[in-house]
Order: sequence, then C-alpha cells, then structure tokens
Amino acid sequence: MVINDPILSIWNLNIRYGQTLAVKNNSFEIEKNKVTAIIGPSGCGKSTLLRTLNRMNDFIDSFNTDGTINFDGNDIYAADADPVEIRRRIGMVFQKPNPFPKSIYKNITWGPQINGYQGDMDTLVEESLKGAALWDEVKDRLNESALSLSGGQQQRLCIARCIAMRPEVILMDEPASALDPKSTARVEELIAKLRQDYTIVIVTHNMQQAARVSDNTLFLYEGELIEYGPTKALFTKPEKQQTEDYITGRFG
Amino acid sequence: MNNFKSNIEKRKRIESIFRTICKALTWTSLVILVVLLYHVAEQGFHRLSPDFLSNFPSRFPDKAGIKSALWGSIWLISLVFLISVPIGISSAIYLEEYENKGKLARFIEVNISNLAGVPSIVYGILGLAIFVRFFGLDRSLIAGAFTMSLLILPVIIIASREALRAVPQSIRHGAYALGATQWQTIYHHVLPAALPGILTGVILAMSRAIGETAPLIMIGALTYVAFVPESIMDPFATLPIQIFNWASRPQAAFEEVAAAGIIVLLVVLLTMNLAAVIIRNYAQRKYRW
Ligand SMILES: Nc1ncnc2c1ncn2[C@@H]1O[C@H](COP(=O)(O)OP(=O)(O)OP(=O)(O)O)[C@@H](O)[C@H]1O
Ligand SMILES: [Mg+2]
Repeated sequence: MVINDPILSIWNLNIRYGQTLAVKNNSFEIEKNKVTAIIGPSGCGKSTLLRTLNRMNDFIDSFNTDGTINFDGNDIYAADADPVEIRRRIGMVFQKPNPFPKSIYKNITWGPQINGYQGDMDTLVEESLKGAALWDEVKDRLNESALSLSGGQQQRLCIARCIAMRPEVILMDEPASALDPKSTARVEELIAKLRQDYTIVIVTHNMQQAARVSDNTLFLYEGELIEYGPTKALFTKPEKQQTEDYITGRFG
Repeated sequence: MNNFKSNIEKRKRIESIFRTICKALTWTSLVILVVLLYHVAEQGFHRLSPDFLSNFPSRFPDKAGIKSALWGSIWLISLVFLISVPIGISSAIYLEEYENKGKLARFIEVNISNLAGVPSIVYGILGLAIFVRFFGLDRSLIAGAFTMSLLILPVIIIASREALRAVPQSIRHGAYALGATQWQTIYHHVLPAALPGILTGVILAMSRAIGETAPLIMIGALTYVAFVPESIMDPFATLPIQIFNWASRPQAAFEEVAAAGIIVLLVVLLTMNLAAVIIRNYAQRKYRW
C-alpha cells in the first residue's frame, strides 16, 4: 500500500526471540495522524511487532531484530539512537491497565516532570484528563490513589498519562480487552477523538473494533504480513483468501 | 455415572488434625519463650536501676553496670547500619535491575547465598586478618563494625533482591514507556514499592548484628571497658559480650547482673525493631496494588 505521509517506515523487519522468528520480513508504513489497526490470530506476533516500534522489546533478553524502522527520518535501532528519547516520542498503552500506585495527579505529572516539562502542571493535568475523557469523573479526587479507580477508569488514566507527554505516536496493545462493553465503548470513542491529534497504532482481537476505529488495517499471520490496506477495503473486499477467512471468523 | 469419590468426611478429619498440630506447635514455642523471659525477668528485674545503666563494669556484682557495653553496642550498630545498608541495597539494585542476566550474575547470586550460611566465627577470623591486622585498625569499633557488616551483608542483599523482584514488571514498563531512564524508574517506582520488603531484611540483619558475639570476640573486643567510646578508633565492649562475661563468673550474684543485662539487650532490640516496623507499615500503606 502506498502511503503519502508516513511517520514510521518499516523495511524488511525480522524479529527473533532467540532462534525463533516471530515476525518475518515485514515492510510497511504507518500513516501520520491516522489510526492503524493490527489484527491476526493469537500468537501471530502482533504484540511483538508493536513493542518493537518503541523499543519496549529491549528488556527481553532473547530479543533481537534486523531490518530498519525509520521514525522521522532516523532508524530507531541505529547504534546512536536513544531508546529513552524514542519512548518519550512514541508512547504506549498496555493491555492491562498499569497506573502507578500514586495519586491520580502524580500519575499524569510524573512523565512530564522527569522529562523537564516547563509549563503549568495543573493545566497539563486538566488537559490530559479531559483529552482522555476522564476529567469529569476524577476532578474532585485528583489526590486519591489511582488504584481506587475502576479498571476502565484506570485504562483511561493510562491513556491520559500517555498523552500528557504529547507523543507523536501512541501504541496501544489491546487497550480494551480487560474492560467491560461500556468501558470499551468509551475507550473507542476516545480513540476516535484522539485521531485528530495523534498517530495511533492499535492491536486488537476484535474485528468490529478494528473496523470501527481504524483507517488502515494490517493483517498478520504467523509473523507474516498478509495484507495491508484501508480498513474499509480490507473488511469488505479482502484481496487474500487468508484475510477473508480470518475476518469472517473461519479460523483464528 | 459419577466417578468422583469425594471422601468429604475423611478430608475434613485430616484438615482438623493438621490444624490442631500447627496450633499446638505454635503455642508450645510461645510458652517456652514466655517461660524464658519470665525466668530472666525474675532474676534480673530488681538489678535494673539508673545506676545499672550509668555504672561501668566492676569486680563487685552490686556495683557492676552496663554503661560501656550499652554505648559500645549503640555505636557498633549505628556504624554497621551506615556501612551495610547502603552497600547492601546498592548491590541488590545492581544485581537485580542492572546485571540480572548472564553467567556472572548467577555466579555472584550463588556465592552470596552461600555466604549467608557461613558460620559467624569465620567472619571473625576474616575480620581479624583483614581489618585488625592488614589495615591496622586494631581492636577498634570500626574494625568490629566492618566485620559485622560483612556478616550481615548477604542477608540484606538477598532480602532486598527478593523485594525488588516482587515489584510487578508492569510498573517498570509503564515508566519506561513515558521516556524514563532506568535510574528514574528504579528511584521513583521500584525502590519505594520494594521498601517494605527491604526494611524487613534490614530489621532481620540488624537484630542479628546486635546479638552476635563470636566474631567480635575473635577480633578482640574487650569485656572490661571502663569508658564510653568516643571515636571509631576506640576499643569497645558490646552487650552480648558483657552478658557472656558476667554469666560465666562463679559468683551467683553476677548471674543476676547478667539477667539484668539481657533485659537491657532485649529492650534495645525491641525498640529498634518497633521503629523499623512502624516505618515499614507506613511505607506499605502508601504502596499497595
Ligand atoms: N518474551 C518472549 N520470549 C520468547 N518468545 C516470545 C516472547 N513473547 C512472545 N513470544 C513468542 O512470539 C510469538 C508472538 O507472540 P506475540 O505475543 O507477539 O503474539 P500476539 O499476536 O500478540 O498474540 P496475542 O494475540 O495472544 O496477544 C509467539 O509465538 C510467542 O510465543
Ligand atoms: Mg499480544
């Protein structure tokens, strides 16, 4: 697929855990200010691929990769690339909400603080929480522990914490899979809202969710990129038989 | 057809037998402890007085006091704390957070576990050879403190590593994903969360240090000291050494002095532990998931 305005360009990417090849020779580009969904059956390498995009795989001993991932013109796996800086610019929301065991306020301010944010913290907290559609629910209890929030609220807090850093890309790994339908709907609304300002890459198991929230969809199967295209086209007229089988629920 | 034979009666009986055994054993050890404490209190309580705390040791049982040993122990334990806690926690962080893979780490890990099991007298011999003789520190407080620190370092390192390991990985990942360096992640999130567990290890280690006698005798701590140490280069006595000395004298009256000394030692120990437990509970309340 040809992309006019790519923010991430991936060429010939192989990802291994020890000897096992988890992602095989993928090449694709992520479109700026769009939502890209990654779908595929369990164990096909979605999380692996996503974590590689902001070097969160560095913490796994057996992990190694070759190929290039260009972000803003630079290879993020180049020897002189700084993973800390990359993660500041490419944020991540995890499958299981993982707020810090600190106050709601501190959860938002910690990232900006350690990265030398100069602006007004109160404003930043309010903007971020509003951005994550959580402000109204927590504005009177900012100093309470983040762990006192419900699971869905915790996940939106993690999204707020992420956007407080004003990242250029937000990676989300099944951000709604631990949530009930109502909280899921709220997170989806949130993604729809965030797409105006951010580039989002989201991994999901839920076909309807991919169809609802994304502009482009990438189908991964056993580490291979099978099909990548505009979501509407991919879901209505898939080019490959495997894609059609997967999205119609015939396997996976 | 039902293939389960649930045996509910039998399983319940086993349950109740096991519970009774656990309960009985718990109470037995408690009773023994109470009897011991009572025995000590009965013998030593009437010897406790302000004079006992402010007198130096003496040949005469009714004049003998514990001042020099009490101060010796306080000095020693403070020095041991200052030496072993920073080294122990730093080593644990290094081994657990920075160097937690590869053969070297595993080699060090095994060795530290082994060191924790080495008899204390061996540390005494080591201290004598290294600190007293090689570094020429003589029979000073600082030589004793270094020796004792060696002895308890493995305990602190092992307990701290366990505590660090118990911090959920998701907290670290959350911090890294916000562009935190490893040190920022450790300092702001991992250490505070591990603090209660680390403090438990420190409490255990300090209790051990204040009660240990053998290595100090080995490096030549004195039993008759008629002054309070004023610098880390001074000779010293400690509570357990003083108590041992009194208890081994032939006169019956010294047995009472020894019992009074034990009471003082127990009070010091309990005060120390209480302080640490209060700090730990405070830290625990702050960090829970
Ligand atoms: N830390 C790891 N060490 C070794 N192998 C791993 C590791 N993480 C994942 N793998 C392997 O890599 C392959 C891809 O895993 P990955 O977690 O990326 O799948 P996924 O598509 O996210 O699956 P799911 O939808 O179930 O989350 C799997 O075969 C998995 O066993
Ligand atoms: Mg996954």
